[in-house]
Amino acid sequence: MEAATHQVSSGGRPRLGRSPASRLPDRALRYGLTALSVAVLALLAYFFVKLAVESRLVFEEEGVLSYVFANNWNVADSIYGALPLVVGTLITSALALLFGVPVAVAVALFLTELCPRKLRGSLTIVVDLLAAVPSVVYGLWAFYFLIPKLKPVEQWFADTFHFLPFVAIGSVPGPNYFIAGLVLAIMLLPIVCAISREVLATVPANLKEASLGLGMTRWEMIRISMLPYARRGIVGASMLGLGRAIGETIAVTIVIGDSPTLGHSIFGQGYTLAAVIANEFNEAAANPLHKSALIAAGLVLFVLTLLVNSIARFAVMRSERQSGRPIAGGGGL
Amino acid sequence: MESGSLATELLRPPSPRRRRTDKAMRALMWTATFIALVPLVLVLYYTLKKGIGALDWEFFSTDPTGSFLGTQGGVKSAILGTLEIVGFAAVVAVPLGIGVALYLTEYGGRGRLAQAVRFFVDVMTGVPSIVFGLFIYLVLVLGGTGGSTFAGWKGSAALALLMLPIVTRSSEVALQLVPGSLREAALALGAPRWKVVLRVVLPTAASGIVTGSLLAIARAAGETAPLLFTSTIVKGTTFDLNEPMNSLPAQIFQDLKQPNDELVQRAWGAAITLIAMILTLTLVAKLIQRRSRGKGAT
Repeated sequence: MEAATHQVSSGGRPRLGRSPASRLPDRALRYGLTALSVAVLALLAYFFVKLAVESRLVFEEEGVLSYVFANNWNVADSIYGALPLVVGTLITSALALLFGVPVAVAVALFLTELCPRKLRGSLTIVVDLLAAVPSVVYGLWAFYFLIPKLKPVEQWFADTFHFLPFVAIGSVPGPNYFIAGLVLAIMLLPIVCAISREVLATVPANLKEASLGLGMTRWEMIRISMLPYARRGIVGASMLGLGRAIGETIAVTIVIGDSPTLGHSIFGQGYTLAAVIANEFNEAAANPLHKSALIAAGLVLFVLTLLVNSIARFAVMRSERQSGRPIAGGGGL
Repeated sequence: MESGSLATELLRPPSPRRRRTDKAMRALMWTATFIALVPLVLVLYYTLKKGIGALDWEFFSTDPTGSFLGTQGGVKSAILGTLEIVGFAAVVAVPLGIGVALYLTEYGGRGRLAQAVRFFVDVMTGVPSIVFGLFIYLVLVLGGTGGSTFAGWKGSAALALLMLPIVTRSSEVALQLVPGSLREAALALGAPRWKVVLRVVLPTAASGIVTGSLLAIARAAGETAPLLFTSTIVKGTTFDLNEPMNSLPAQIFQDLKQPNDELVQRAWGAAITLIAMILTLTLVAKLIQRRSRGKGAT
């Protein structure tokens, strides 16, 4: 600071004025950073346009609607209806939410409310570490550990509860929707947990104290005053997790079974949008229509995650505004 | 939080049913936390058990041979490739990310442009990594930018796209925590704006920014999908970023389903290496975060 004052007064100018030369870095920084930000926007726009242009071929060939909703993905016959992929993506993500979110919210509640203070810090880090395991390692583990270990359990479940919809299947294949959903659940758990934790931390202390003061038990306090207050934020956290699950590629590619058909059971083999790109892109490079179909899959994926994330951000932002505290979701990002 | 004597008179203690529910729900939360930790322990344990046998000097010092029979070699090229690709991505993405975050907190404020940037950076956070890979493939690989098709730096570009929004988002939060009074004090002392931003605001937020950047690097280091068709999977070690380059996640993906026990074991060994690298980064990041929180910078 001292240096700055010195520089100004030695310029022979009015004490509080600054020479144009010394204002230059000011402007440079301001405009430089603004230009950088605009460049990021431009890049994203170019990104979208590029994907759209490159996937035009398949949309012209198949029509946009029948690309997305036709149930026929047949590379050999050059027919590209991505419904099995879209449905596969939705099934696995839905399963992931079903398994992952309740546990994640319960863990978040545990960490904010029940956990002994001494344990809290280290336990939080440990849960966050779930996000540090690379997706390919989850895939590797699921393929060699989860699939063989769970197969008998899945078979038993499918046989015993065959009357439930989407459960019955003759013999459970190793890789299937269920396994993929389970792996995704593990992967989205730290994200949902981290953001839920931050949202729960924004519940005003006086609200909680008032509840306890009225003679509520801990659980009643959580159910009656915390969860309703944090509901929107938790929904947002789940949606962010959903966005992640939709776009997750490698772990799913390893355990989904690579079968571009509509599975009739959650234990059936399937395919997802992301997995089909990862698996087929190398062979598709020489076939323009196939390539364009895969890029279109990427575009659908992009639009899907865009929708989900916008809703999620909106929800989290609302609860941010409600409490006036920024929510970064540090561990989850 | 203890209820006073008046309250205990006024309020009956919770009925046994309410108390049972409370106990049950508490138990459920304990269980959930336990369940959440099971996969982590299992993954780490199983990976160590399967892969520890693969780790020897040869594993770290030789390249994959790719021969059908005989010795399969180690993962030297993959380890070096990951370091190069991720390192270059970080060199590009971290300063840019911090720059955007500085714009958002110091200049953009609540303006329309800043809000748009904020929104689209969030959008970018959600873009699946494989779509970034596709984009880079279309633009840089097909375009033959730099006189090469597949190249290490193109993998870095895909990872940089992935890291940029994460760095921006976390840096922005860290910068917002810098008290406004600090900026005002520096300005009142006559420091020009750019100096306030670069010398006062940035250092104050440094630990948060470093944490966020390290987490972003850790996240990018584990990504496979964007590398598959940008830097691809090769055998040899190269220090030329303009050549196809191997990487640990891609190598694991390649070896994973091979009908050769040696290759599968190499995948597990590579998984240990990758996890060790990422865990170290993550833990360092968390420690920095904890330390700065301890200093009372909330």
